[in-house]
Amino acid sequence: MTAMSERLAALIADRGAVAGHRPWPRYEIDHDTWTAIAQALGEGGGDLLGLWGEKDNVHMALRVAGQAWPCVVSVRTRNEDFPSVGRFHPPALRLERALRDLYGFAPLGLPDRRPWLDHGAWGVRAPLGARPPAARRDPAAYEFLPVLGEDVHQVPVGPVHAGVIEPGHFRFSVNGETLVRVEERFGYTHKGIDGLLTDADMERAARVVARISGDSTVAYSFAFARAVEAALQVEPPPRAVILRGVMAELERLAHHVGDVGAICNDASFPILHAHCGILRERVLAATDRAFGHRMMMDRIVPGGVEDAGPGAARSLLSMLDEIEKPFAEVVRVYDATPSIQDRSCGTGILDNALAKRWAAGGVIGRASGRDFDTRRDCPYAPYGEAAFEVPVLTNGDVDARIWIRIREVAQSIALLRRWLGDLPSGDVRAELPSHEGACEGIAMVEAFRGDVLVWVRIVDGRIARCHARDASWFQWPLLEAAAENNIIADFPMCNKSFNCSYSGHDL
Amino acid sequence: MRTLLLRSLFARPVTVSAPQPDAGPVGGEEALLAELGRALDVRARRLFGRSITIRAIDSGSCNGCELEIHALSNAIYDVERFGIKFAASPRHADVLLVTGPVSHNMRVALERTYAAMPEPKWVVAIGDCAAGCGVFSESYATVGSVAPVVPVDLVIRGCPPTPMDLLKGLLALMDKATAKAVP
Repeated sequence: MTAMSERLAALIADRGAVAGHRPWPRYEIDHDTWTAIAQALGEGGGDLLGLWGEKDNVHMALRVAGQAWPCVVSVRTRNEDFPSVGRFHPPALRLERALRDLYGFAPLGLPDRRPWLDHGAWGVRAPLGARPPAARRDPAAYEFLPVLGEDVHQVPVGPVHAGVIEPGHFRFSVNGETLVRVEERFGYTHKGIDGLLTDADMERAARVVARISGDSTVAYSFAFARAVEAALQVEPPPRAVILRGVMAELERLAHHVGDVGAICNDASFPILHAHCGILRERVLAATDRAFGHRMMMDRIVPGGVEDAGPGAARSLLSMLDEIEKPFAEVVRVYDATPSIQDRSCGTGILDNALAKRWAAGGVIGRASGRDFDTRRDCPYAPYGEAAFEVPVLTNGDVDARIWIRIREVAQSIALLRRWLGDLPSGDVRAELPSHEGACEGIAMVEAFRGDVLVWVRIVDGRIARCHARDASWFQWPLLEAAAENNIIADFPMCNKSFNCSYSGHDL
Repeated sequence: MRTLLLRSLFARPVTVSAPQPDAGPVGGEEALLAELGRALDVRARRLFGRSITIRAIDSGSCNGCELEIHALSNAIYDVERFGIKFAASPRHADVLLVTGPVSHNMRVALERTYAAMPEPKWVVAIGDCAAGCGVFSESYATVGSVAPVVPVDLVIRGCPPTPMDLLKGLLALMDKATAKAVP
């Protein structure tokens, strides 16, 4: 433990936790302690895991370096303000700009006061706060950071991109072909999810959470179910637990296989994309046969899962046999072709220190030396018992992010084989106990792109408030850094190798 | 690399093949796919000569629909063999595929994309969100469906619709478009 993490731990130690918040403690603290925690985070004492609001309160989830379990600290707003975390710890900046837009809270000392999710198109300000009416603004009116220098020109891209991808805006400042600065502007897919997850019935909330980022629907539903189960103190049956692991690994497998091909495609090497596309389709088709939905939407629910069809295990196992060898061939071609490696090696290098500071999850963190995987480091069933390797590389380039995916594919296949070979029988749903009064739950799950955090407060069986934080919040800003000084033609590759979520971020 | 190319050269195509005329109804999804594809082919040729070009726009979807639209282009569904292809610019598009409940933040971009397309043009609303029956329809941040923003010719429901649903939908669009173009 470093001196800074000890200081951070001391700030939290010996406090009485809020009753009914599970499984990690939540502490209500004053503004001065909040500021001291923000400072300690900024000096490297721990990881910021989330920052979200509700009426009169701001919550922050964090993990002290070297401590096993995260915790949540909460501060009451005073006249709608609270001390900014972002002024000490930059990973909080966009989260605080979002809080400002949604609730009208003023983070005191926030260095960047530009709106983030609010494009002036809602007709109101602070839609989750006071909701004063607001005049509509030109959506293009946004002050990008200035870039000074001779011969620097700008290339605006988005929100509508050339391919079939989600909307977002990138402002490239370019000198010749070299990217001097990339600045992101997001919020285009903002659907008001925090609003929809305020005072919602359980079933409806589950359906919304499953659609925060459709590509990670299993991970989101998994995290939501675990948070609800923690709050209500209920355990899903053993078969449901294993099936959850199966679904989570199938989701990871499909995306990683697809992404390896898609990254190569962005370097104009479409043959691997074609082959990976076939393999990805095999996974989805087998998933559809087993679970009745290609993406397994709404299959994980609080209390358990929707059961897999008969013969699911056998059909999934034979799919694994079918794709393993062709994928090995894809890997061999990637490894043995200098022309593609010429594009991927040394491109889009993410500095290890930045990955650590932003607590970048998933492939992005692990390709830049951050040895963290929620499945191993904040373990949850069924991963607690399962042995698997967490690959870590330090190069931080596109090539490293491809290799982390390749190695994780092997781990997912091994986990799937083990679970599917010995699938427990029995019930798949535990009934949710009726609970009077308030209780709170929190859970973190490793999605294919990194850790997803879900927090819920349940009052009399209804979701009073739920917040989900995608891994992308702490990855998108790093793409700006990784792309700097690369040529603009390599940006698609850098972007695809990150593969962050727009919808999961914009909420 | 050479091994992979050679092997691909001699391997059977993975694309689902057209059924024999006497194959009958057996063959499940593959036969259906081929049949749909053939019908699509005939209509696309009648209307556009050789091809139709699609511009897809995400108006605030969760990315689920995008993944399935992507799948249309893989070697299994291979939508390009029917002359259907995706364009980077709305200027080159005949059909606009719109996903998502139309977030207010994307509304202007959607309107401008539609305006940038030359006539004749068609709009297909993809997925439950775009159709107006999705989970995001009642929010301060969304219009709730595509129809109030741009005129919709066809709705393909599903959360998300499968690539097969999308193919079926494009077929239905061809019928509708043919009726519109050839009175």
